[in-house]
Amino acid sequence: MAEVRRVRLWQGKIDTEVEVAGSGPPLVFLHGPWGLPPNRGFLDLLARTHTVFAPKHPGTSRGDPEAVHQIDDWWDLMVYYGELWDCLDLAAPAVIGHSFGGMLACEIAASRAARVSRLVLIDPVGLWRDDLPVKNWMIMPENERRRALFADPDGEAAKRFFSVPSDPDARVEVQAGLIWAQACTGKFVWPIPDKGLKKRIHRIATPTLILWGRADGVIPPVYAEEFARRIANSRVALIDAAGHVPHLEQVEHVGRLVRDFLGP
Amino acid sequence: MKVCMFHLMPYRDLPADFAQRYKSAYIDPLWFDVADPEKVSQYYNWTLDEFVYAARAGMHGLCTNQHHQNVYGFMANPSLMGSVLAKLTNGQNVAIIQLGSTLPSTSPPTRIAEEYALIDCISGGRLVAGFPTGLPTDATISNAVVPVEQRERYREALELVLKAWRAKEIFAWNGKHYQLPMVNLWPRPMQQPHPPIWIPGSGSATTVEFVVDRDDCFCHLSYYGAKNAHSLGDYFWETVEKRGRDANPYRLGFLQLIGVSETDAKAQEYAPHVEYFFHKLLYTPSYYQAIPGYQDYPSMLRAMKAPLRERFDVRDLRYKDFIERGFLIAGSPKTVRDQLLEGVKRLRIGHLLALLHFGSMPHELCLKNIDLFCREVLPDLQDLWDDQWEDRWWPERLRAKRPAAAAVAAG
Repeated sequence: MAEVRRVRLWQGKIDTEVEVAGSGPPLVFLHGPWGLPPNRGFLDLLARTHTVFAPKHPGTSRGDPEAVHQIDDWWDLMVYYGELWDCLDLAAPAVIGHSFGGMLACEIAASRAARVSRLVLIDPVGLWRDDLPVKNWMIMPENERRRALFADPDGEAAKRFFSVPSDPDARVEVQAGLIWAQACTGKFVWPIPDKGLKKRIHRIATPTLILWGRADGVIPPVYAEEFARRIANSRVALIDAAGHVPHLEQVEHVGRLVRDFLGP
Repeated sequence: MKVCMFHLMPYRDLPADFAQRYKSAYIDPLWFDVADPEKVSQYYNWTLDEFVYAARAGMHGLCTNQHHQNVYGFMANPSLMGSVLAKLTNGQNVAIIQLGSTLPSTSPPTRIAEEYALIDCISGGRLVAGFPTGLPTDATISNAVVPVEQRERYREALELVLKAWRAKEIFAWNGKHYQLPMVNLWPRPMQQPHPPIWIPGSGSATTVEFVVDRDDCFCHLSYYGAKNAHSLGDYFWETVEKRGRDANPYRLGFLQLIGVSETDAKAQEYAPHVEYFFHKLLYTPSYYQAIPGYQDYPSMLRAMKAPLRERFDVRDLRYKDFIERGFLIAGSPKTVRDQLLEGVKRLRIGHLLALLHFGSMPHELCLKNIDLFCREVLPDLQDLWDDQWEDRWWPERLRAKRPAAAAVAAG
């Protein structure tokens, strides 16, 4: 079971919850546009071999939604994550980033190479091809979103992801959390998730594993190659029967690939 | 009370299968598939003519608005329309109500301060300055405003505009979203310190509180009629009381669809146009309306727990439903008068924004609607509230008591 650590950063203006679990070398998980997934199975798996730190993006920690207005651009965000690393005493952890979190992980690894020991990107955003535009996940119809996120839109993983509690108050909290996480992360990628990473990505020197769901309906899997050819020390693994969230849909498989890559 | 002509300037001749072809009136309809430029040219001119006709017929104000990339209403820059109207109505006792340009979508927003000041000058001090935040699609998709920043951009922009209008000296603006080294606006509005400010909203609690705190006029731009606005109206007046403001009805504006005919039965002539309005023009799916971040966190929670505006699937409703539910007030002059009076009294509306053109309504029917409304309905509305309350949100030089409305329409 994860311990929830609450840290106050940014001149006391941002409260950040960090879920900490497991033991072993440090590993940071940076979540995607929908916040930390309701199913923590993947993180639990990583916690068997690593001390997993899963921070919540500014504005998405309980009780501090207004924190989103304290960080305004990518420069702010980089300095903020530097502060978070320091606060958590992380010298050079392995970093796993999913989707928006993958873009964030790339920017951190490009700007502060010494503070990231290994990099895992799961269906990251951050690059753009006019012939294969990234879908705008913030304005997707419900049924389309299910198919974009999951290879099997009716499978257990999808059900779990979209399920809401029956208690009305709890339901509002879950739904509001899902929407607000998109608002807070979307601030840094709206309206098009190309914010210049292509100019900086060559600075990533860290060994990098790029994982991509073959059925990703948000960002086509050919983007895996776009990342791979720009990151010198990288390799790609495509995940069968997975959409935009392969770590939720193929937990064991993705977990094994990550563990093999990170080493003991 | 004041009664103002509101117009959306919609596409009036959409194909019969439009609703099957497109999931939304916003963003999706393709210009080259749907639009006929000859017709669009005609629409803009009809719209201006309908406004001018309404002014001559005795309406107190003319309301323009800004929308983008849609068939529902595309006065892409309301200042263009407003400046034409200002010129065409010079010398008349009618307010030019810009309801208006959307601040967060315009950079720098001093551009709007200039345009409004210019309209105020052309009109001889008849401008009402409306400041909508803008619909989600307009701001975030058509104008790329970051959803979660829309409201804070809006507030900063409004402060900047007000300062730019009033400042006696050149100033530097060092804001979060806008930086301007030397602001020294030309022209300034004729109305000093600034024109009356109206802020439209569609049901966000945060906007209601913001407007009441600022002591501006709040305009509820619901299309569901006075009958369905009780909870929002009650919330508005509770907020007014809680914040220690007076109960002046002119604090509140409300939009209502209205169709006047000779008899109740004859009002059927509005049936296809109101159905067109709700089925084709108003339909926007939730993924375009509820873009994450567009609502601030407290408003989002409040809307999830107890929506101030009820939600319907308007495509299931027909003319008789729209009448029964009060979305549209239509019928003989007496019917319209009685229902309007009941609605405006219940909600304490000081500024009635009459949507006398809606949907596919042809030009001639719109003129008839304006004519009957101004001759047969308006005279019984316009004295309401004035024995007790002054309209502090109206251009000062138009505040004097007007002669009885209407006579002109016939001529």
